[in-house]
Amino acid sequence: MENADQIFVILKRSLMTWAGVFLPDWSLVFLSILISIGAIAVFGPVTMMYLTLLERKLVGRIQNRYGPNRVGFWGLLQPIADGIKMLTKEDIIPEKADRFAHFLAPVVIVIPALLIFSVIPFGRGMVAVDLSIGLLFFLALSSTTTIWIFVAAWGSRNKFSLLGGMRAVAQMISYEIPMVLSVVPVLIVAGSFSTVAIVEAQSGLNWFVFTPWGIAGFLIFFLTGVAEVNRTPFDLPEGESEIVAGFHTEYSGMKFALFYMAEFMNTFSISAIVATVYLGGWQGPWLPSWVWFFAKTYALIFVMMWFRGTLPRLRVDQLMGFAWKFLLPLALVNLLIAGIWTEFKTPANNIVSSLILFAALVILYWANRPEIPKKRVYRYAYADE
Amino acid sequence: MIFGLGVLKGMMVTLKNFVLSYFTKERLTTVQYPEERIPEKERFRNFPFLIYDEKPEDLRCVSCDICAKECPPKCITIVRDSDEQGKPLKRPKVFDIDFSICMNCGICEEVCPFDAIFMDHEFELAEYGRFEDLNYHKDDLLKSNEYFAKIRPQDAARIDAKLREKAKLKETEIRGHNT
Repeated sequence: MENADQIFVILKRSLMTWAGVFLPDWSLVFLSILISIGAIAVFGPVTMMYLTLLERKLVGRIQNRYGPNRVGFWGLLQPIADGIKMLTKEDIIPEKADRFAHFLAPVVIVIPALLIFSVIPFGRGMVAVDLSIGLLFFLALSSTTTIWIFVAAWGSRNKFSLLGGMRAVAQMISYEIPMVLSVVPVLIVAGSFSTVAIVEAQSGLNWFVFTPWGIAGFLIFFLTGVAEVNRTPFDLPEGESEIVAGFHTEYSGMKFALFYMAEFMNTFSISAIVATVYLGGWQGPWLPSWVWFFAKTYALIFVMMWFRGTLPRLRVDQLMGFAWKFLLPLALVNLLIAGIWTEFKTPANNIVSSLILFAALVILYWANRPEIPKKRVYRYAYADE
Repeated sequence: MIFGLGVLKGMMVTLKNFVLSYFTKERLTTVQYPEERIPEKERFRNFPFLIYDEKPEDLRCVSCDICAKECPPKCITIVRDSDEQGKPLKRPKVFDIDFSICMNCGICEEVCPFDAIFMDHEFELAEYGRFEDLNYHKDDLLKSNEYFAKIRPQDAARIDAKLREKAKLKETEIRGHNT
């Protein structure tokens, strides 16, 4: 079991010792970095391709039909067919579009998506870069995606793209605040920004999600993560069938494929980070650590795709209201109860935190109730019959 | 919980759909076309065909030309056969239906007084040439009575009973004349 758990580490180490025979010492550092980065650079896009297939098959099953199953055996060659199609499509740029912005946006939007992979701990001792500020790195990178969506919308020189882009920016910046606030309780308890330290603070089965602040924090972080990735029900920016395709209307061929790739890589990385921070990363009994990690990540991805098959899109005012009027106060209350939880002793801390959380939820539900106008009474509208 | 309960109920519905689609047929209604087909219905109506009773020479059509006259887009062409002296026979020499014109209305079947032309069930008839391949001649259109009974059993039974009645009546008439 030990070997199965550390199989990738052992593989990398054996590669390094094999190469260390004929390479000078100073280049071994580069080789180590190259192996990690190479693994990520191969793993990222391949994952994204097969996530698109998984989504189509899953949503198809929810809708009483098979997903794609003609191309390969289970549809397994479908992403390759899609990739070839997108590569061979004509690249259309609107005549008066801002060529530099139009070209730059899809290229740069993939970069944060790939960079986040470097701080995710895939297993015990399997993180590409053990940054001491890993989580802050992730939060900062997910914020930079916003501007490139706006650049894409602006560079298209299309009113509807711009509208989609503005809505995207509004949505993403307003969902960042509850996202950051919902991670803070984890930092208080774990005491470090490093993702490796956060996972190790959840050893055994005391994952953070099993605490009162953990449940609320997990839900807030997950929902804001879904909003950051622009997935249904928060996919107003790309609103298929609403404003044609939102900010990526004017993109065809490989540029569209890059946007698509960025969206799916973001899906994977958000799920991975949520699993790391709240669900205990690679912690788990008996199975190898990376199996646990991928099981948790794919469970969260399944939930995201389940959302996509079930829920209609939120309207833009409902979307913003949800973030500012519900998630933000809840995230602040979560911070309070996390502080209380760490200061008091068990079992009082669980009871007090749960009570405060419950009270806050009741108040928030009451404050956010929909306004149903009273039935109108007409006077002087009818002649006296 | 009144607020979020609808979402959860909706998600339970889709989960049930997803899980049960692996077990029941009614939650996965796709028919994988070239390998599986939907069973044929008797009243399905597509292009026409001519019926023969025992051998392809015993076709029921007497080339009365009613179906050609009644056909709305005029896709049927009939030329009556004649023997060596030029006397007309009760048989068509040429019976062409142009399938690119035929609109599958079924009027030719309804008006035929001799139960000679019926609508078939075949639909996989795509061809490359509109004029060369889609003009069906008498030999292409002839199909046996057994085939008719296989695709439209109720109609075939009814027609066969009627023909047997007629044959019996004719026999008793002949016998009556002979006595």
